[in-house]
Amino acid sequence: MELRTEPFVLNIGPVHPSTHGVFRMRATLDGEVVLDLEPVFGYLHRGVEKLAEERTWSGVIPLTDRLDYVASMTNNLAYVLAVEKLAGIAIPERAEYLRVIMSELQRIAAHLVSVGSFLNDCGAYFTPFLYMYRERENIVDLFDMVCGQRLLYNYMRIGGVSQDVPEEFVPALRLIIPRLRSRIEEYEWLLKENEILLARTKGVGILPRELAVNIGASGPVLRGSGVKWDIRKADPYSIYDRFEFDIPTGEVGDCYDRYRVRAEEMKQSLRIVAQAVEQLPEGPVRADVPHLIRPPVGEAYGHIEAPTGEVGFYVVSDGSIAPYRCHIRAPSLMNLTALKDMMVGWKMQDLIVIFGSFAITMGEVDR
Amino acid sequence: MAKQMTTSLSAREVSGKIRESLPDAIVEATDTAVLVDGQSLPQVASFLKNTPGLDFDYLTTITAIDYYTYFEVVYQFVSMEHNHGLVLKARCYGRDNPTLPSLVALYRSADHQEREIYDLMGITFEGHPNMKRIVMWSGFQGHPQRKDFL
Repeated sequence: MELRTEPFVLNIGPVHPSTHGVFRMRATLDGEVVLDLEPVFGYLHRGVEKLAEERTWSGVIPLTDRLDYVASMTNNLAYVLAVEKLAGIAIPERAEYLRVIMSELQRIAAHLVSVGSFLNDCGAYFTPFLYMYRERENIVDLFDMVCGQRLLYNYMRIGGVSQDVPEEFVPALRLIIPRLRSRIEEYEWLLKENEILLARTKGVGILPRELAVNIGASGPVLRGSGVKWDIRKADPYSIYDRFEFDIPTGEVGDCYDRYRVRAEEMKQSLRIVAQAVEQLPEGPVRADVPHLIRPPVGEAYGHIEAPTGEVGFYVVSDGSIAPYRCHIRAPSLMNLTALKDMMVGWKMQDLIVIFGSFAITMGEVDR
Repeated sequence: MAKQMTTSLSAREVSGKIRESLPDAIVEATDTAVLVDGQSLPQVASFLKNTPGLDFDYLTTITAIDYYTYFEVVYQFVSMEHNHGLVLKARCYGRDNPTLPSLVALYRSADHQEREIYDLMGITFEGHPNMKRIVMWSGFQGHPQRKDFL
């Protein structure tokens, strides 16, 4: 005898530990199987793009911190690069190196959070998460040293960085590079072939290559699907063309591949940091840019490879002290486009894992 | 990757190619961007996506800018195969109900972005399968990103 089932609607979120912020999934389930899914967001919408129009060009930088709040440094960088492109500002060599060091450290810190919370979503409740946070603490301490902040750094400036690093920064950084490397390798050894992780993530939530490109996915989500596309290589900004590093990619685009790409990227970032700290030149860290800068009338698009993907700022100037328009390309928002395609047919428990593998930040989705 | 850096294709050159098959689509071509007629946007996008040598498979960003007399919508296309980029612009006039055709059928990356533009700028994208507010709640009045919204 065949049992008849009745589909029902289940609201997941907006406040739920595995939604990484305030995000709601309106799932239609048949028993445990997902039939339909609608993402609902906007709970954290602060109107950053509108607020930016009422601030000076450099006054926008603290707002960018609050987009992807686990990766403030890279948000700062994307914005200042766009403004520098618009105004045609060249920045000192030392500042370029400091920016690369900070961005790559930020990438490691953000990936540690992503991987940690992803494992949380897989059911490894808080043990890996806290180990990842312990390593992240090393990086946060370094950021604290250079700008006095532990989450929202506000460190980059139009024309350089806010201040030079203190004397003890470089020795401290040299000390943590091998430590981070050995710890990251250790976690990899523990997780890479972990039976439970494999069972929960292998073949789950596949994002095919063509779909990934079509939905405008970027970052580890795109590379997990096997597309070798990294802005640092494809369109090198700052001084990324001077460093040797590889772009890890996945094969099938499942949750496991996305996790693997993040784990590999941390090691690549360490490689870049190690090279940059050896080459770090002396000199000024900030070009002579007026505080109330007035970029010429025009528009520019600056983009970078942030931990979540391609963060881009489209800035329009009317020649005044404030941006006329400041549009933010948020990778988290774009990565969510195919959420329904990836989740339909999977069980409810997998839904949490698939969502976790995106490692989105709601501050960036809603803006 | 084909080249070292994403090269911006010459907008004039590309517009020449578009003009060959879609003679009425181009309004103006500057050094940096191609301004197209709003209604022929899907045809132009389809041309850019499917023409060998152009192969724009990735729609990076869509932005709308409010210039009071018109809205300008900016599309950033990238071809991952050739590593080149192109900026496409379309304008729509009138503040009551500006509309543009949707590109979701070609590029699904337009889905959330067009909804966001509809929500914040009030431009309706015809042909979008789910044209409703995305960040503001459904009963919200007005479009907050517009310059006259205070």
